[in-house]
Amino acid sequence: MELFTNQVLAGIATGAIYACMALAVVMIYQAIDHLNFAQGEMAMFSTFISWQLMQWGVSYWAAFVLTLAFSFVAGIAIERILFKPLAKAPVLTNVAGFIALFAIINSSAGLIWDFTIKQYPTPFGSSPFLGSQLISTHQAGMIGVTVLLLLGLYFFFQYTRIGLAMRAAASVPESARLVGINTSWMIALGWGMATAIGSIAGMLIAPVVFLEPNMMGGVLIYGFAAAVLGGLTSPFGAVVGGFLVGIFENLAGTYIPGVGNELKLPIALALIISVLVVKPAGLFGRHIVKRV
Amino acid sequence: MSAAEEVVAEGHEAVEAVPKRAMTLSTTTSLVVLAVLLIVPLFAKNFIIFQLTMLLIYGLAVLALNILTGGSGQFSLGQSAFYGIGAYVTAVMMEQFNVPYFLCLPVAGVLCFGAGFLFGQPALRLSGVYLALATFALATAMPQLLKLNFLEKWTGGVQGLIVTKPDAPFGLPMSQDMWLYYFTLVVVLAIYIFSVNLLRSRSGRAFMAIRDNEIAASAMGVNVALYKTLAFGVSAAITGVAGGLSAIAVQFVAPDSFTITLAIQLFLGMVVGGVGWLPGSIVGAAFIIFVPNIAEGISKGLSGAVFGVLLFLVIYLVPHGARQVAILSQGRIAKLK
Amino acid sequence: MIARIIGTTALATAAIALASGTALAQKKYDTGATDTEIKVGNLMPYSGPGSAYGVIGQVEAAYFKMINDKGGINGRKVNFISYDDAYSPPKAVEQTRKLVESDEVLLMFDPLGTANNTAIQKYLNSKKVPQLFVAAGATKFNDPKNFPWTTGWQPSYQSEARAYAKYILKEKPNAKVAVFYQNDDLGKDYLKGLKDKLGAQIVAEESYETSEPTIDSHIVKLKATGADTLVDISSPKFAAQAIKKIAEVDWKPLHILSNVSASVGSVIKPAGFENAQGIISATYLKDPADPQWDNDPGMKEFQGFLSKYYPEGNKRDILLITGYALAETLAQTLKQCADDLTRENVMKQAANLKDWRTEALLPGIYVNTSPTDFAPISQLRLMRFSGEKWELFGDVINGDTE
Repeated sequence: MELFTNQVLAGIATGAIYACMALAVVMIYQAIDHLNFAQGEMAMFSTFISWQLMQWGVSYWAAFVLTLAFSFVAGIAIERILFKPLAKAPVLTNVAGFIALFAIINSSAGLIWDFTIKQYPTPFGSSPFLGSQLISTHQAGMIGVTVLLLLGLYFFFQYTRIGLAMRAAASVPESARLVGINTSWMIALGWGMATAIGSIAGMLIAPVVFLEPNMMGGVLIYGFAAAVLGGLTSPFGAVVGGFLVGIFENLAGTYIPGVGNELKLPIALALIISVLVVKPAGLFGRHIVKRV
Repeated sequence: MSAAEEVVAEGHEAVEAVPKRAMTLSTTTSLVVLAVLLIVPLFAKNFIIFQLTMLLIYGLAVLALNILTGGSGQFSLGQSAFYGIGAYVTAVMMEQFNVPYFLCLPVAGVLCFGAGFLFGQPALRLSGVYLALATFALATAMPQLLKLNFLEKWTGGVQGLIVTKPDAPFGLPMSQDMWLYYFTLVVVLAIYIFSVNLLRSRSGRAFMAIRDNEIAASAMGVNVALYKTLAFGVSAAITGVAGGLSAIAVQFVAPDSFTITLAIQLFLGMVVGGVGWLPGSIVGAAFIIFVPNIAEGISKGLSGAVFGVLLFLVIYLVPHGARQVAILSQGRIAKLK
Repeated sequence: MIARIIGTTALATAAIALASGTALAQKKYDTGATDTEIKVGNLMPYSGPGSAYGVIGQVEAAYFKMINDKGGINGRKVNFISYDDAYSPPKAVEQTRKLVESDEVLLMFDPLGTANNTAIQKYLNSKKVPQLFVAAGATKFNDPKNFPWTTGWQPSYQSEARAYAKYILKEKPNAKVAVFYQNDDLGKDYLKGLKDKLGAQIVAEESYETSEPTIDSHIVKLKATGADTLVDISSPKFAAQAIKKIAEVDWKPLHILSNVSASVGSVIKPAGFENAQGIISATYLKDPADPQWDNDPGMKEFQGFLSKYYPEGNKRDILLITGYALAETLAQTLKQCADDLTRENVMKQAANLKDWRTEALLPGIYVNTSPTDFAPISQLRLMRFSGEKWELFGDVINGDTE
């Protein structure tokens, strides 16, 4: 029983990482209606920027804010320079563009900061949280930030004009243009926000997994899985999805005899696919009706 | 959420419609390409022949993806899994059970057809990014499945399996590489002709109807479920044969050869070659084999970045891939005439 | 057919050598060597999942540049041709064939990774091209009978694992051992070495995949088994996570860490010195991030070389000194070849390194090979982490004989 509780707690702690990343995934999906494979790498690069700032003597919070601003601008710049010219190209060509961006960022980060792992500070400390050795104050802090982000996004999309406009621009661009929304800039804004959220995810994840150019590879797979499980249109679903994936993966690794440990990722993914077969839009996503 | 969001407007399909005639090359061009493929190895070094063999094999795998995506409109990032199954089936049969290589390939194809058909079942209910994730999951799972302990007896586990390259039969005076090249060429041509005919057949029209508008297709009486899973099966089978050929050509299989990276490469190959344009597959294959070599020639430390930049250049210049180049040059030639 | 032609040429060369008797006085060359140049082929993962190792190839290139600036080896410049294999076996085969058949290198030097080396081993042996000093610790690269053209370099994973097993049996005979390993050739080879010696004392085996973002859950599970000794065979990032997590969950096993992750700069320091006290490991190289070597003449020479020829490299990265030591070993082999730069003689000299050492190696460690022993480094020293550095203890261990 103790092992069970411990694995659930450890799952929540890991789930917070996935939830954080999943939020960034949902953000970009809301803005451009597909997934960005380079998102993890963009988050990694932002995290390196903040690390570099701290190496130069900038304090944690100053570096945090500067990195957020940098990421927001960089996200918009990437959209304007690299992806706007591809706006009329087929979707699959855009996906190829994401892969190219992935390669460019990963390789440049490797050249600039090399591939050895780096320690990354946490503002929350890493002592046991509420007496539990399984969740550290950092992980508790990460969960807190994730929830705050979630609330922020919910209000943004639900109650602000610009949030609504962004949603409209992503899902029905033609109609959105008709009501006077500048869809092109909405997309750029979405990129900026997604990159900024990604950078928060990166800065929160780095103290746990250590900072290095490949740190987001595994995280992004789980972030996608979590977002898809929860429903790509729902920030709330993404966060729940993150925790569910984290917990389920740990339990599968611990309790399924024989192959459980070796196959915990495939088992977790298989479960997600089964969920999708029953609920094709994810647990909390809106079902999409197609018009002929 | 707003009602507007729940409806996806038309014209938002992942794959654009390609008229079926445009999916192939004209007879003259086909013959010229064939002649080149037949003659070049006679004058090339063994290493070049080996590279050409790999080009054909990757071309075949890209073609398989093209049938699935370009033909039936389903997206897959899991082709590396079927490629791996095909390679392992071939390697295990050849090395552990001494089955001749030419018998292994059909078996690999049939098994992969089964695997693809089965995987097509849950994939039926998924589309777009959801299908991408499902296939992506398959690709990530495959190396781990190949490493499983209880399969180690046959697969060699993490250490992989060495495969013996076959000699030319009937005492033909050819190197192993050249023999394997011509053998591969025959297999690839046969499958290419089969694919072209498949897409022109009733099934092919059904695929394309589903790709262009699933609901309309089903309203017209196309059995959507059957044809979608069939497309998965055929694509997997062809990928499996390509995998089997690669096991023989590379002479080695290991779980690490069949990671998601391979699936991504095949995907890039399809985009660069032109989605839905079968002859483009070979152009796409050339891109994924040779461009990384060019990139590292420019800079070792930044080879990934250079590759990314080159890829961007290609998709900016020709967002529709090699197909666009072909259409453009056809137009030019027609004008000259 | 090409293979047959090469076979006959080799025979012919051998016949000429026999006929002329003292062939040593003459200059003799195989493909890839001339009066002015020796072509050396190499594969490295400059892109893809193994790109962290790419620096090994870059530091080797820098080393040969230095050698060439100093006039080369026996007057010949080393032309070091290194290609990217993206850590993928099919790509490794393609690039190897390019090096051998198109660039026509004399030998292949230090390709990286067990799978990639296995993929090209058979080809190189059938072509009789030396595959020297592979960067992989699998025992199969020391098999002169079946693969007379392949040699290892570092101590094999299995022999290192046996050294740990021996230490456990001596210091903690009733230990309950948990093994945490990476699910690939690295982990499986160590596991085999441990199982050979420890058998029933292993109470738990837990593997992880490199695609996992964190390994926290495994540590929680291992702690619950009640094991009091942990053998940790993980690659650097995961080793650092494990060290940190073990401290966080307040588990205090005897922690034995594989040499792969014993780097102070890229594992212990990021994981926190305070979490790493008392960890046991084994090594054969001087760690540039370990302050005890700061005034060591060998280390100073290495740092001087880096500043001049590879200034962009991370001076504390243990991979750089690994590449440097590897390149020195090849340079020594080629030096011993004198003017007989045939592939056969290269192998003969690679199997004839006698009590040779470079200052990159720990004191007391020597490189030794013979026609029946293709494992250049088989010695290791145990060490314990204390303060901010490793403390060596015990005698030099010979991994192959124990």
